[in-house]
Amino acid sequence: MEIVRSQKISASDVIPILPLYRSAPVLEVRLEDFELFAIDRLRVLNGIDDGLSRGKKPEEMEKLVTDLWKANMRHHNASQVINKDIISHFVLRLVYCRTEDLRKWFLSMETALFRYRFRIESAEAQKAVMGEFNLPYKAVSNSELEVSTFYVAITLLSPKIGKCILALEIKVPFEEVPDLVAGRRVYIHKGYAYVAMSQVVSLVVTQFRSHLSKALVLTNRKWTSTIREHEKDRLTPIVQALSTRYVGPDYSQPTTEITIRDIDKVASSSFPLCMRHLFEKLREDFHLKHGGRMQLGLFLKGVGLNLDDALTFWKAEFSQKVGAERFDKEYAYGIRHSYGKEGKRTDYTPFSCQKIISSTPGVGDHHGCPYRHFSEENLGAVLGKMGVGGHIVKDVMDKVRNRHYQLACTLTFEAVHGCSCDTGINHPNQYFSDSQKILQPKVYIEFTFSNAMLFTPTERAKRLYNG
Amino acid sequence: MTKEAVENGSDDMLIDGVEPEQMQRNLVPEGFNPNYLKVYYGKLFPYAEIFKWMSYGNDGKHPACDLSYFGRREFSFTLENDIYLRFQSFNSAVQMENSIKEKCPFKIDIGPVYSVDPAKRHAYAQGGDSVFTPVERELVFDIDMTDYDDVRYCCSGADVCLDCWPLMTIAIKVIDTALRDDFGFSHILWVYSGRRGVHCWVCDGRARRLTNEQRAAIPDYFRVYKGNENSHRKVSLGGFPVLHPSLARAYTEVLQTFFEHKLLCGQNLFATEERFEKILEMIPDASIAAELRGKWQENRRSSISKEDVNVVRWEQLKHLLQSGKQKILGLRRCVEEIVFTYTYPRLDMEVSKHMNHLLKAPFCVHPKTGRVCVPIDPDHCEEFDPTTVPTLSTLLEELNMGSLGGDLENDNVIIPEGMGE
Repeated sequence: MEIVRSQKISASDVIPILPLYRSAPVLEVRLEDFELFAIDRLRVLNGIDDGLSRGKKPEEMEKLVTDLWKANMRHHNASQVINKDIISHFVLRLVYCRTEDLRKWFLSMETALFRYRFRIESAEAQKAVMGEFNLPYKAVSNSELEVSTFYVAITLLSPKIGKCILALEIKVPFEEVPDLVAGRRVYIHKGYAYVAMSQVVSLVVTQFRSHLSKALVLTNRKWTSTIREHEKDRLTPIVQALSTRYVGPDYSQPTTEITIRDIDKVASSSFPLCMRHLFEKLREDFHLKHGGRMQLGLFLKGVGLNLDDALTFWKAEFSQKVGAERFDKEYAYGIRHSYGKEGKRTDYTPFSCQKIISSTPGVGDHHGCPYRHFSEENLGAVLGKMGVGGHIVKDVMDKVRNRHYQLACTLTFEAVHGCSCDTGINHPNQYFSDSQKILQPKVYIEFTFSNAMLFTPTERAKRLYNG
Repeated sequence: MTKEAVENGSDDMLIDGVEPEQMQRNLVPEGFNPNYLKVYYGKLFPYAEIFKWMSYGNDGKHPACDLSYFGRREFSFTLENDIYLRFQSFNSAVQMENSIKEKCPFKIDIGPVYSVDPAKRHAYAQGGDSVFTPVERELVFDIDMTDYDDVRYCCSGADVCLDCWPLMTIAIKVIDTALRDDFGFSHILWVYSGRRGVHCWVCDGRARRLTNEQRAAIPDYFRVYKGNENSHRKVSLGGFPVLHPSLARAYTEVLQTFFEHKLLCGQNLFATEERFEKILEMIPDASIAAELRGKWQENRRSSISKEDVNVVRWEQLKHLLQSGKQKILGLRRCVEEIVFTYTYPRLDMEVSKHMNHLLKAPFCVHPKTGRVCVPIDPDHCEEFDPTTVPTLSTLLEELNMGSLGGDLENDNVIIPEGMGE
């Protein structure tokens, strides 16, 4: 294993209970474990991804992570537990270092995993981790706290800390705790954030994240410069199979094709609610703001609307409001851009449910996830328009209240199509293709057949996953 | 240089709605055209100042300065007919000046400082994959009046007037104070965006070196507005028993006063049923909302009160919600929520979150209004009046006056090439 040989670890290093993955350990790994451990860890990360996209609260995430970890990361040999943790992390680092998107996903999921594992550690272990990171914190002096505004503000913001507050506040540059700043959960004064001990997790996580982020870039360089070639018969196929298998399809390459003529028909039969709503608003107002144009435009691209048709489609609507000339001048560029024909020529991928759910639509915006961003009243009304009513609406609302937005969408899918959807909805384009499969079974069978012929030779990883 | 020449040359450039009297007063007709712009770039655009600013001391005059610094900054030009020129870079003020004069961009945007000269990014791209990357960027904010369309009744879309401009004044005051007191920044530039909003450049070294993640936390810190077209809930102030100190300061020092003294009557927030219904929707207790609705619907028929109807209704609402009887936090918070909804700054989040977002340079001329993107002094931002900001034509007018007063040497600059054709 190249990565093992290339890095050294000094003998004096003691591995703490919660590993920080600073450097790869020198260990012999059986090729089979290499793969198996990675798959187990991926199950955990995928579970976290799912939990986050449902907007679970921190306490719920804590429980989820604990359960996922117990279920997947055990080892029959107790002394191997830590090794499994570390090896699986480094294997996935190799797998997910190779593109910006993969790095981003891995970084978010590993950071979330670390966050919740840290939260459930004992105070002693937490202090040890802080020590490891050499956190440049400065305890707030009592004289500073006597400044009444500070004291009042801090006490009010962290009422639970109560009396112990004087001893436990620490003062750090605000840059060290971006998530506490973003949530207005700390008092900030002259560039310093006043962090309660209970909020220290934020500090540690920021450190973890920045270390990992840098490490991923370095691993990528090593991968492209040496590892890929060295290991082309051994690790490279495994690594490549692992990543494509688990992030799920990104729907950037449409498997179907639709024309403008079909668009109305498929919109009413197979668009998920978020896209239907945008589509209808576009038809009503002859306009959508930027967020809406991106969300619907990329979806349509994923569904198989080619660039020429997309330009015709958007122009037909927009020109009724702004005129054809202004469309050509101000909006056509954006459409060509999202098809990778302008600017840096990135071929943008359609938005996933997670991305849509975490968007923040503002004034005049119609994008986002209706289950998350609509008031109950409005959601009920649009569901009614889709022909969903009665007890199903009640079930959908229950899911929404528990923030299971994708499950709410799945229920809607089932109600509209009159059959079950076992995989759940994870992507608007998946909703579309699943719907089309149900509505046009024949076409689908041909499609899977031809796809099956194209399977890569790395069947092994897949068999392991499925079995 | 004669008045006649200007008028003859510009017959076909008149824009709709320009009154003949105005034509008499302004020798140079209002509006925007490339020829005016050429004069502006030729005589007025502050190249040296922009170069000095963007160099941050790396100008060759100090020991240990980084001479490549300015040259790694991206400038982007938008030419006539929407031709974009990304990744322009310059090694000196003179080079920048010559390029701008030559290309005469309708709009100049400023991007980040990259790891390498952006104009040569392709050459570096051969070496590895992530060598070309942004390394520094001012923390920027963009506040646009269109984001307030649901809380202003005087105009909508691209228009602004003195009745809605206080919303921008509030935004400047609130954000400027928080940037200084909370985040400890001190090098802050506010600029009129030329039409309907303001831009803010935070230039402290610490701000320029924020990572994307740290950067994104700051607009989030300022975000209270969570509403969209399909949801009633408009602001979310956080679930704490008191307002965050930063929000509390904004409320007592700025929002409350502006709401009651400017916007309440300026926007006639309670004047019609449709408008007061929007406010009643924000009250979580249906019986209180109904009580107020009853009063106001009746009161509409017999409106003989001397006091402004908006003031009367607002006082009634406050009285009911804040009276000692209302023990529930949600109801007391409700008055604050209404004020926040109608006043608190709304940022274009995306602009601030990423290092590589472009923002229009100060001192550009807005192609639609012809107005110059002038700086605004945050300490006197109440006095700023967007309707009196210099336009290209008023500036040319002043230049003309100057030259008629005897500056014959520069006479020929006033009618740029092509104007008399």
